Amino acid sequence: MRSGYNPEPMDWSPLWISIATSVTATVITLFLGLATAAWREGRKGSALALVDGIFLLPLVLPPTVVGFLLLLLFGRNGPLGQLFLKFDATIVFSWPATVIAATVVAFPLMYLTARAALEQVEPSLLQAARTLGASEWRVFREVALPLAWPGVLAGTILSFARALGEFGATLMLAGNIPGRTETIPIAIYFAVEANEMTQAATWCLIDIGISLALLAGLYYWTHLQAPERVRLARR
Amino acid sequence: MSLEVQIEKKLPDFTLDVSFRAEAEPLSILGASGAGKTMLLRCIAGLERPDRGRIKLNDRVFFDSESGLNIPARQRRVSMLFQNYAIFPHRTVAENIGFGLEALPRDERSTRVAELIGRTHLAGFEDRYSRTLSGGEQQRVALARALAIEPEALLLDEPLSALDTHLRSQVEVQLQETFAAYRRPTLLVTHNMEEAYRLGARLLVLSRGRVIASGAKERIFQGPPSVEVARLTGCKNISRARTISDHSVEALDWGCTLRLAQPTVQSTAQPTGSVGIRAHHIEFVEANGAANEENVFPCWLVRSSETPFRITLFLSLQQHSLQSPQPESAQLQAEVYKEKWQRFRDKPFPWHVRLRTDSLFWMKE
Repeated sequence: MRSGYNPEPMDWSPLWISIATSVTATVITLFLGLATAAWREGRKGSALALVDGIFLLPLVLPPTVVGFLLLLLFGRNGPLGQLFLKFDATIVFSWPATVIAATVVAFPLMYLTARAALEQVEPSLLQAARTLGASEWRVFREVALPLAWPGVLAGTILSFARALGEFGATLMLAGNIPGRTETIPIAIYFAVEANEMTQAATWCLIDIGISLALLAGLYYWTHLQAPERVRLARR
Repeated sequence: MSLEVQIEKKLPDFTLDVSFRAEAEPLSILGASGAGKTMLLRCIAGLERPDRGRIKLNDRVFFDSESGLNIPARQRRVSMLFQNYAIFPHRTVAENIGFGLEALPRDERSTRVAELIGRTHLAGFEDRYSRTLSGGEQQRVALARALAIEPEALLLDEPLSALDTHLRSQVEVQLQETFAAYRRPTLLVTHNMEEAYRLGARLLVLSRGRVIASGAKERIFQGPPSVEVARLTGCKNISRARTISDHSVEALDWGCTLRLAQPTVQSTAQPTGSVGIRAHHIEFVEANGAANEENVFPCWLVRSSETPFRITLFLSLQQHSLQSPQPESAQLQAEVYKEKWQRFRDKPFPWHVRLRTDSLFWMKE
């Protein structure tokens, strides 16, 4: 031990928690967003404008508002909190809470891009499939989805990046429990607060690195690779 | 085998209100763009729901507004050939053709696909993707895919409109062969009257959602029942007219009195109507001798318009000065081969034309 300076060994747990949370949230968002977009596709009506608005709210609301609403929902007296209590489970301040917060804020991005991608699919292709005897599920799985796949993948990457960067709602719903709910953004916040600038900077660089790699990969994929992949998507 | 359709559907500009019966032969549906032709096909295929009516194919009712029955498209076994062919871009030619055969065992499916590929002359194209195919090849893939499910009716939406001119006649022959072998109700939508005539055994003329003529194509082309049908079937010469007797009328726009082979109207209650003659039915005759014959008139050339092999002559039955030109509706359009035109082009005016009594047709309006 050197005198005057006592460096704490780097605790890498926020990285693993962040990745586990983002991956889980992205997988959930992918299925949820796709299902919702597929359900919404081809439906018309003014009531649906409200539904769309609700789906997109997490994108524009301050994360603290989202976090507060989630607390109301999953808290001990909230409807979903009560439900989980019946199974002896508490969501608030647990690892699943980080996943829930990340899923809610990432969902609008997935929903928007998936819908845009599905809308781009030439309607006559879907109709041709129907006249050839395909069920709606088969039309979706074998025609709509493979053709919308580049857009859906873009949505997945954006969702992952958004989930990785989630801070406000996570802090409110999951708190800051090192080794359990402390993700990279939260670790940065508390490192700065504790004046551990080196650690904060390290986490910042890691976060920037991952996000940049993802977005650059997305750009490369959509602009340079997409035409080939569309063809290969079904293989 | 027959397809019975009686439907109503409200569209933005008009109401589609159509009733007809199609037997096991090709039926051409002719109409201007936006007449409701495609919507009619989509209703039969089950891609759109009519507001009212009934659709029945053989003994299966597809749609019946009274009982609320509406069989989904996938259960109708009615194939539709889309205007843009709608080939799945992410599947090969063979995979496209086999799409509707998913229920068959694998080897049976590939046998069927191979047979269809042979029949549509697509051998060698099995593993290609649609973007590497020409329009004619795409059309064949779409046709093979549509026939693969052995549909009980075949619907074709403007099957030739996306093709280059030089391909059309080739594809047309292929469609004729397909229809001859298929022998089930076949509906073919087109805005091209020649296509409609060549490909269909019978004809249905649609205008703003209504059937304005139906029946044997020869009869409709020879004696269109109305001015609208005459125009849609390509008649260039139509004049308002007043009946004088059973077999003679005064053509008001052309300014002449004509004898007709067909009687005009039985009652004199409706003395006005229209008279028409097709551009290629107008005959040019020598002045001496023929001048006093029936339906022979002197004429003057107003202008002409050339196509590679034929020429259209715009004629006036009266001599007009350049200062008081005639309205275009007063002019007769005559279409002749250029070889024939060479023979009289340098002769002095007036030329003489004969409007044969059996080429003229009367239309009640």
